Amino acid sequence: MDNKNNQWRKDFPILDQVVNDEQLVYLDNAATTQKPQQIIDDIMAFYQNDNANVHRGVHTLAERSTEQFEEARSKIQQFINAKHSDEIIYTKGTTDSLNIIARSYGEQNIQAGDEIVISYLEHHSNLIPWQQLALKKHATLKYIDLDEDGFVDLNDAKKKITDKTKIVSIAHVSNVLGVINPIKQLAKLAHQHGAVMVVDGAQSVPYMPVDVQDLDCDFLAFSGHKMLGPTGLGILYGKEDLLNSMPPVDYGGEMISFVHLFDTTWNDLPWKFEAGTPNIAGAIALGHAVDYLNSIGMDKILDYENQLVDYVLPKLQAIDDLIIYGPRDPQKHTSVISFNLKGLHPHDLATGLDMEGVAVRAGHHCAQPLMEYLGIKATARASFYFYNTKEDADTLVNSIVATKEFFQNGTI
Amino acid sequence: MALSKLDNLYRQVILDHSAHPHHHGQLDDSTNQIELKNPTCGDVLQLDVKVEDNKITDIAFSGYGCTISQASASMMTDAVLNKDVSVAEDMVEDFSNMILGEKTDTGILQDAAILKGVSQFPARIKCATLAWKALHKALNNKQ
Repeated sequence: MDNKNNQWRKDFPILDQVVNDEQLVYLDNAATTQKPQQIIDDIMAFYQNDNANVHRGVHTLAERSTEQFEEARSKIQQFINAKHSDEIIYTKGTTDSLNIIARSYGEQNIQAGDEIVISYLEHHSNLIPWQQLALKKHATLKYIDLDEDGFVDLNDAKKKITDKTKIVSIAHVSNVLGVINPIKQLAKLAHQHGAVMVVDGAQSVPYMPVDVQDLDCDFLAFSGHKMLGPTGLGILYGKEDLLNSMPPVDYGGEMISFVHLFDTTWNDLPWKFEAGTPNIAGAIALGHAVDYLNSIGMDKILDYENQLVDYVLPKLQAIDDLIIYGPRDPQKHTSVISFNLKGLHPHDLATGLDMEGVAVRAGHHCAQPLMEYLGIKATARASFYFYNTKEDADTLVNSIVATKEFFQNGTI
Repeated sequence: MALSKLDNLYRQVILDHSAHPHHHGQLDDSTNQIELKNPTCGDVLQLDVKVEDNKITDIAFSGYGCTISQASASMMTDAVLNKDVSVAEDMVEDFSNMILGEKTDTGILQDAAILKGVSQFPARIKCATLAWKALHKALNNKQ
């Protein structure tokens, strides 16, 4: 877990730099991860050698780009163990994927009096689409409580999910509390009541093995940029029969079969949901990101991050006046760790850490209802990935202590 | 140690203003009021102003925010109390110019001039300007 033995760190040149006269320690991976040099090279190579639009030309470059674009789809399909590659739809990101589900499946299936069930820990992107759908359709939006560790509470879920529930949508891993929610049990519960299970996988797919057939979720949304890929490219997974029954959301090129003056027929899956020229280089790069992650193994990544949490969480817990959110038990806590120094605004804390070279996020983490639920305004958040090390963890701990000293005693 | 740079941002007078803010609270008889939010961090600032004969005769702020935004609000209320509205508006502009690192006369800003160091911390500029933006909006938001 230390710098010397971490064989992946050298692949990320951005980490090797000095900010504010200190070695950079990048701990904002829940916001976006850094990209290995191989993927940066791949993106450049695509534009240098193979760039052409996909599914539109008979020339050689168009053939090459189309083949790589669809090959990446197959890699992503296998990565989450989807049954069919046409269940993998390229989108702009998790937010886009969730909005497509709400605007297509939601608009088609939600009626007045129906229920949509989410939880208090949802990111705004898994909250506002459902809130607005409920308002528009005069449906009821319900929130499942969290237990004392911050997990979505299965007992409360049993009460909130009823025969009126049509959609249950929950984050697999919280972007604030560092909990892994019981998606498999929630999906079972949703299905018992005839509802579909939507999973926000933005924080889970990069972090742990995710198997959509094992979870038996109906939809899964995630982003490429949180798992080594470029920004602007995400995935919507949906079960084939559901996607087939759903209307397209955007109209234009690629998503059509035949267009006449007064009517149009839609293309097959997955292209029905991919209007316009997609982020071709981004999709191909995400395929390469999946290759990179597979070369390590998602089990190994999860195990490595668990070891880092085992190491750093007790050290953070030992700092006086540091409030840490989520489970106290390192075994239950993912590598997303939110905290506050008593009496200090998290922005002041984050500026202090930045002066020590440590990049963390500070704010409400796009989860204002969760902040309200916790009775706080904001937190600082450190999030680790497999290229982070014990040394990074030590620097974080030492910098928090130094910042605390500065604000409490005015000494450095 | 790079943390020593924090001294440029958090001068003692700033920490004092933040710990013991001046004119903190609400006015019963305000003529102008505004609630301003900083959506990136969830900070909220409520500003109550009493304007009589085009002069700020009383002012108070409340809400929640970081050290910089609280200190800036405290300093702002000190600086604009008993000033003509037109002078206060000029000060809003002077403060904005100062924070953006432009050359400007900061004499009139009193303690608030010490926030000049914030211009070296681009991520924190919004924290410092929130109170002055609120003043500008409040003066144009008569009840």
